[in-house]
Amino acid sequence: MSKPQLAPKEDYKYGFHDEDIINVFKSEKGLTRRLIEAMSAMKKEPEWMLKIRIKALEVYQSKPMPTWGNVQLLSELDFNNIHYYVRPNEKTEKDWKDVPEGVKRTFDRLGIPEAERKFLAGVTAQYESEVVYHSIREDLTKQGVIFLGMDDAVKQYPDIVKKYFGRVIPTADNKFAALNTAVWSGGSFIYVPKNTNVEIPLQAYFRINSENMGQFERTLIITDEGSTVHYIEGCTAPTYSSDSLHSAVVELVALPGSKIRYTTIQNWSNNVYNLVTKRAVCYADAAVEWIDGNIGSKLTMKYPAVYLMGKGARGEVLSIAYAGKGQHQDAGAKMVHVAPHTTSTILSKSISRDGGRTSYRGLLRVEKGAEHCKASVRCDALLLDEASRSDTYPTMEINEKNVAVGHEATVSKIGDEQMFYLMSRGLKENDAQSLIVNGFIEPFVRELPMEYAVELNRLMQLEMEGSIG
Amino acid sequence: MEENILLRIEDLHANVEGKPILKGVNLTIRDGEVHAIMGPNGSGKSTLSNVLMGHPKYAVTQGKIFFKGEDISGLSVDERARKGLFLAFQYPLAIPGVPVSKFLRMSLQAVRGKEVPIIEFRNSFKKNLELLGINDSFTGRYINEGFSGGEKKRHEILQLALLEPSLAILDETDSGLDIDALKVVSEGITRYRTEKRSILLITHYQRILNYVQPDFIHVLAGGRVIKSGGKELAAELESKGYDWVLKESEAATPAKI
Repeated sequence: MSKPQLAPKEDYKYGFHDEDIINVFKSEKGLTRRLIEAMSAMKKEPEWMLKIRIKALEVYQSKPMPTWGNVQLLSELDFNNIHYYVRPNEKTEKDWKDVPEGVKRTFDRLGIPEAERKFLAGVTAQYESEVVYHSIREDLTKQGVIFLGMDDAVKQYPDIVKKYFGRVIPTADNKFAALNTAVWSGGSFIYVPKNTNVEIPLQAYFRINSENMGQFERTLIITDEGSTVHYIEGCTAPTYSSDSLHSAVVELVALPGSKIRYTTIQNWSNNVYNLVTKRAVCYADAAVEWIDGNIGSKLTMKYPAVYLMGKGARGEVLSIAYAGKGQHQDAGAKMVHVAPHTTSTILSKSISRDGGRTSYRGLLRVEKGAEHCKASVRCDALLLDEASRSDTYPTMEINEKNVAVGHEATVSKIGDEQMFYLMSRGLKENDAQSLIVNGFIEPFVRELPMEYAVELNRLMQLEMEGSIG
Repeated sequence: MEENILLRIEDLHANVEGKPILKGVNLTIRDGEVHAIMGPNGSGKSTLSNVLMGHPKYAVTQGKIFFKGEDISGLSVDERARKGLFLAFQYPLAIPGVPVSKFLRMSLQAVRGKEVPIIEFRNSFKKNLELLGINDSFTGRYINEGFSGGEKKRHEILQLALLEPSLAILDETDSGLDIDALKVVSEGITRYRTEKRSILLITHYQRILNYVQPDFIHVLAGGRVIKSGGKELAAELESKGYDWVLKESEAATPAKI
């Protein structure tokens, strides 16, 4: 009897691209002031936003590249070989049938309209640089919930945007935040009025289609006192032999007693650099939860942060990272306790295989006066083979005595004994391994809406296939 | 091939990390038979069960294992399981995050080689839970995670009952059980037994043999079966210990040339 054949490794399912797209505008490669002026004009933006952009461009150009993280991979990205602005359409549509045929076909393949019908309260679909489709359930609009593409929000709600834009993540925060501020396009804007619960998730889906594309969406979410929202984002891109860049900025403002849950399933193709800044401010008795899944991309550098500004505020980051061949997931979390009686939890899980690399990079800071706060950090890494690597870089700055801080980090390998146990029940090597991996990420998966949990488990299954032998 | 032979072990030698443990084991089990292997600590009992199941840490250096007429010593662990071999573990491992029900359904589909409808699975699962006196909450728990010693053993027998293998190797299933748990587990084993299904019971103590009646008892020592007999042998071992068998065996072994 011969050994059973393992299923061949399935390709990245989302690696297709559309050939027949006619863009309204596609910028030459490289980033210039002229391009920023041109895109701002095309967007018919107010003058104040253009000013923010121009200033940000200067900051971006003056800041050096990071000297930490994967410096080698960062140095390989050619910033002059990127299209910084690609406009696939004239305006955001409210009906899928008005979305250009090729673009619509892509979103159909990605299952977005179907998901929308089944279990979402609103959808933003971004293709290249622009939001091509946007919808929100009428009852939410009636309750005063605003959910728009960011570009439309700048025009329709300039007062709210001006008040919060760049306040959580200032332009000069880091090089890539400055880059995004200069050339941002698309993304979501959400405002939930006082004491309003948006019970069904709102979703954004980001799709890159062109080769050497740069996507720079900008998202701002504000929950007013006592309100809640759950926002989900997903992203994919075609597989190309040369690099693309995705550099988003996401700012969250949770006003007293409100709650934001922000879920990300990042599944970029393995030629995308994913350099993202995400940060929340969380006021008294408010809660912010980042549920952050990183499966794809070549290099991800992303450390969702929560600043706990008011008594009783609570922050949570629950993340998984998966790194296969040629991938480096440099991810983590930041928690800053500014106010007393605040709580934070970080649970980070990573899986590396086939020479993939994961890093946990985290910051826990307790400021002077932030008494009686509680913080816990836990990182678990699972290595599937000898060639893979995982590192932990936890930073703790505790400036107050009366606090409870816990930290735990584990690195494990899939044990022979566990494999023996499962295989002795008839499970093939691959199935046994993916069962163990799925079990490892279960604390993350169980926080996802069911449809996403199923999808994520299936994704991991595909990643595991062909990983042995 | 002689009829009704389920397992035939011929002159089996095996190493663990280069160290010889089994030094020529011979054993034949026919359909429906219950064999008990007893022996002092370190005699190779657990090695034998691991080698039969195909644990990669153990290397067969000589001899053959015929199961249903086929030499299985080259087969992988899962292939052996799908052929109808089962090992109830002495120390079942926890696998965090993997729900028992998911694992059991996957296992059942693997050994049957086909889809098992969820309804059919649930019914069979529920029935067996009741028979083994296992709480319903078990379904949502993770494999062996936070299980008490008794729960782990019941979980092993639950798997045995569901998967219905042709040969169940029970590796010290009785160890660590109080008398009530031992009774429930033994009943589970007895229920499993039919004229087609056989059991290889590995134990240090005679206690379980009061509940699961063996047809044959073998004494394993120094990596070989040094004495075989009927169930009366258990009582003799219990009262006299292993020493007399060991001495008898030494006397019978021809001096090395």
